[in-house]
Amino acid sequence: MIYAEGLRKRYAANEALKGIDLEVPAGTVCGLLGPNGAGKTTAVRILTTLLRADAGRAEVDGLDVVRDAARLRFRIGLAGQHAAVDELLTGRRNLQLFGRLYHLSRAEARRRADELLERFGLAEAARRPVKEYSGGMRRRLDLAASLIVSPPVLFMDEPTTGLDPRSRLQLWELLRDLVKEGTTLLLTTQYLDEADQLADQIVVLREGVVAAAGSPEELKRTVGGDRVQVVFRDAADVAAGVRLLRSATTPAIESAEGRQVTVPAADGAQSLVRIAGALDAAGIPVEDLALRRPTLDEVFLRLTA
Amino acid sequence: MYETLRWTVADALTIAGRTYARLKAQPGEIAGFLVFPVIMTVLFGYVFGSAIVLPGGGDYRNYLMPGIFMQVMAMTATSAATTVGEDMARGIIDRFRAQPIARSAVLVGRSVADLSMHLLSLAAMVLAGVLIAGWRAHGSLGDTVAAFGLLALFGFAMIWVGTYIGLWIQSGAQADAATFGWLFPMTFLANTFVPTEGLPAWLKPVADWNPMSAVVAAVRGLFGNPTSVSPAWPLQHPVTASLIWSVAILAVFLPLAVHRYRTMSR
Repeated sequence: MIYAEGLRKRYAANEALKGIDLEVPAGTVCGLLGPNGAGKTTAVRILTTLLRADAGRAEVDGLDVVRDAARLRFRIGLAGQHAAVDELLTGRRNLQLFGRLYHLSRAEARRRADELLERFGLAEAARRPVKEYSGGMRRRLDLAASLIVSPPVLFMDEPTTGLDPRSRLQLWELLRDLVKEGTTLLLTTQYLDEADQLADQIVVLREGVVAAAGSPEELKRTVGGDRVQVVFRDAADVAAGVRLLRSATTPAIESAEGRQVTVPAADGAQSLVRIAGALDAAGIPVEDLALRRPTLDEVFLRLTA
Repeated sequence: MYETLRWTVADALTIAGRTYARLKAQPGEIAGFLVFPVIMTVLFGYVFGSAIVLPGGGDYRNYLMPGIFMQVMAMTATSAATTVGEDMARGIIDRFRAQPIARSAVLVGRSVADLSMHLLSLAAMVLAGVLIAGWRAHGSLGDTVAAFGLLALFGFAMIWVGTYIGLWIQSGAQADAATFGWLFPMTFLANTFVPTEGLPAWLKPVADWNPMSAVVAAVRGLFGNPTSVSPAWPLQHPVTASLIWSVAILAVFLPLAVHRYRTMSR
């Protein structure tokens, strides 16, 4: 559905993209992850016909982003980093405006606007100017504006940056529904949990190249499996505790810093149970004991360090 | 071909409709539009006007009004730069560009709607001139229409200057400053408020060749208002000169702005 090969883009002295490949199958979600300046936005701008790549080619929904740009614009939706809606106009008027620009008739544009306002929980605010909307409402209106022609492919550039947790969850829910209905979604984000929650496939960009790609699980596996982390209450117990941990799990100690010791948990939660039992039996007091799963943060930090 | 043209016109009208809807949403703006002319007329006509004697004789307030008309049209660049810069910053221009809209429709639609609003402001200014300053047009109907035509053309050209600045600066407030900063002083560095004859020798050519001087001299002539004569070519042939200037500004900035809109990369 989205296909890119060898995309390059240079701005003056700065090479934003140094040849990236992408492939997103229809009906899936691809999360483009990376620190600021990694080239995420540039990639989205090329795929949405806003920017022309210096080299490489890209197709969205079978249409070339340069040669078929005019037709492609009917097949994509874009929600950028800002809520790109007119502050002074009402939510309804905004959607009508964008609908008219997709060449809907006046009546169709009005009908579609009301439909989307209803769906995105904005029906009550429809007649209020957008400047009175909360951040979450603006984002929802922005998303609605990009869905006027029900595009099969949706691009979202940092859709939840700056939103409060409740609004983020709401937006995630809306995105999940869209994907369930068959929309292909490419989103950029700096939030790893967002990628983890939504994406089938994650592409990590660093300095204009693809640093890693795969499903969230595949990426997490690259930084190792589960671990158990123990924090002993008394520093004096650490030596005895480490001996005990060695016998209770695999002999390896991953790290020991002060009172905190981390060991690999080969059997996942079962390892935790064994360690808890052994520590209890030996009467060694602990301050904290937890099973740590690898997070995308670790993947991210390792890949982008 | 016909289809493309039809959509270009339809899209431009939709964009123009947005400009009007925005204006309706801020009644304060309309009030400002209408009150500003009155303030300018009183301030210049009566405060400064009380101390100014024209070298060639004639009523200063009748001399002044065409200058203020031109100033209103020149400042169209500031509001165009501000609104386009704001749309850039908010990503609205990006949204338009990602939509299947005729490439020139957004800018053309805006500029035409902008011009029509500024003509409304000009009408308010004319009314203020007539009622407060006793200004009259003494030329034939044809001359009067031609004078307003020249003002409109100049305003339209300046809208494109502002549009181009807004597309580059990508911030409403900064685009405002970047335009107002040179444009407002430039409206004074002309025959707008005082005849250029009295200016120091090094400054006089600048004022004489300022496109705004040609526009003001041309409409003063067409309205039959007092005017001052400078030997500089543009002021000897003000109608021709102001047409050349306006068309030249348009010929440079309209294609530049459209090109920038189409190929923008950031």
